[in-house]
Amino acid sequence: MEHASIQLREQLDLLSEMILRLGGLTEEAIGKSVRALVDRDSDLAREVLEGDAQIDQIELQIDNLCMEILARHQPMAGDLRFVATAMKITPDLERIADHAGNISERALELNEEPPLNAMVDMPLMATRAQQMVRGALDAFVRSDAEAALAVIRMDSELNQRMEQVFRVLLSYMVEDPKTISRAMRLTFVAKYFERIGDQATNICEQIVFMSEARVIKHKALGEK
Amino acid sequence: MTGQPQTGEPETFERAEAGDHAIDPEIRTPILDVRTLSLWYGETQALFDISLLIPSKQITAFIGPSGCGKSTLLRCFNRLNDLIDEVRVEGGILFEQDDIRDPSTDVTALRKRIGMVFQKSNPFPKSIYENIAYGPRIHGIRDRREMDEIVEQSLRRAALWDEVKDRLGESALGLSGGQQQRLCIARAIAIEPEVILLDEPCSALDPIATAKIEELMIELKEHYSLVIVTHNMQQASRISDYTAFMYLGRLIEYQPTERLFINPIRTQTEEYITGRFG
Repeated sequence: MEHASIQLREQLDLLSEMILRLGGLTEEAIGKSVRALVDRDSDLAREVLEGDAQIDQIELQIDNLCMEILARHQPMAGDLRFVATAMKITPDLERIADHAGNISERALELNEEPPLNAMVDMPLMATRAQQMVRGALDAFVRSDAEAALAVIRMDSELNQRMEQVFRVLLSYMVEDPKTISRAMRLTFVAKYFERIGDQATNICEQIVFMSEARVIKHKALGEK
Repeated sequence: MTGQPQTGEPETFERAEAGDHAIDPEIRTPILDVRTLSLWYGETQALFDISLLIPSKQITAFIGPSGCGKSTLLRCFNRLNDLIDEVRVEGGILFEQDDIRDPSTDVTALRKRIGMVFQKSNPFPKSIYENIAYGPRIHGIRDRREMDEIVEQSLRRAALWDEVKDRLGESALGLSGGQQQRLCIARAIAIEPEVILLDEPCSALDPIATAKIEELMIELKEHYSLVIVTHNMQQASRISDYTAFMYLGRLIEYQPTERLFINPIRTQTEEYITGRFG
């Protein structure tokens, strides 16, 4: 039996570490972009944008490592599901980091104008989005389907809050057209948080598959 | 052979029992029905209570570490174990309602219906043509034209015809290893079996010859039921429809192949196919 298992184990461990590193940097980027927005800290926003190249690079390294593991070891069963999961969640993590970059860009634009006191639920949305990403990474590390499902359940709150933020910003725009440019930018920011929630959901659906070989995407959560 | 048969059993053993999802895939049209089969070499038990259905016109793979009993089980299907002294078997194997193990079974007729291809290709030291014609002649084919047709069709089905049609009179021993193995498959199908047993048929072949045999097996399942013993898990995952994992003489898990390799039920299966033991 050709079981090159030590080498496979090492490569799977390395893959896990790289995903956690990507996840850690992504989480950090969200946190900084939120502070850049709320504290009007343009330096922090630029830091996020400069850090994106490193995140992109790790995504490519993970892609290469996954291809190498498939080509060299043809993993099976739990190992196969782990590698497939890595390949599917990496673009989601990278995309979340891109959204942190987008938030930072909007922050830079907003910081050039007088503050619009219309943040309403935005900090709460930021907190929820961060919690979802952190929760997804925790569930990944522990290969915990229940924890992943708990994260997925948080997504509807984020969607509702986005609607609420949008309604409030709309009223600002109606009342005072001078706020339109800023309110529009903040609407985008709310949408970015909502998308981060969606991507964390995708990641968690994949974690359920990794952990239990159960496919739950495209189904209502209530059916399970 | 399967190496050393095992005695006793380890303390932490996941037993498979009747009705267990790990060993009971839905097989609607079985050709072989193995029922609580146990086998001993002298005092040493090599198979423990094996029950499984072999599907008709599909490829079933037996995998497991050396000594797990997979070749022993395969050899029960055409009673090759009869040739070994001191073998004792309990339980039954139904082949279309008849018990293979019944003393009244005509073993020669059984082996015509359940053919076998071995690890090492073993062509007769005769011409390519005679290798194929040998079996049908024993079974009463005399007409030259009919024999020519059988030889051609068998070689075509074994994907060898185009390579040998101009040298049918030459010695089979001049063929390459992969060609010899396909010749043995052609020889097996010349007598129109229903089941073809393959015991590590590719382990002595290079990857290209292996790929040809694998393609051939997939084509053959249109007409025959195939059961393959392989050490090569990738081979099992590539070509088989159902895979049985055996360990220490027991059937641990039997599933549709993609399921066994993506989501095995038993820890032992997972550990074996992910290389954590074996």
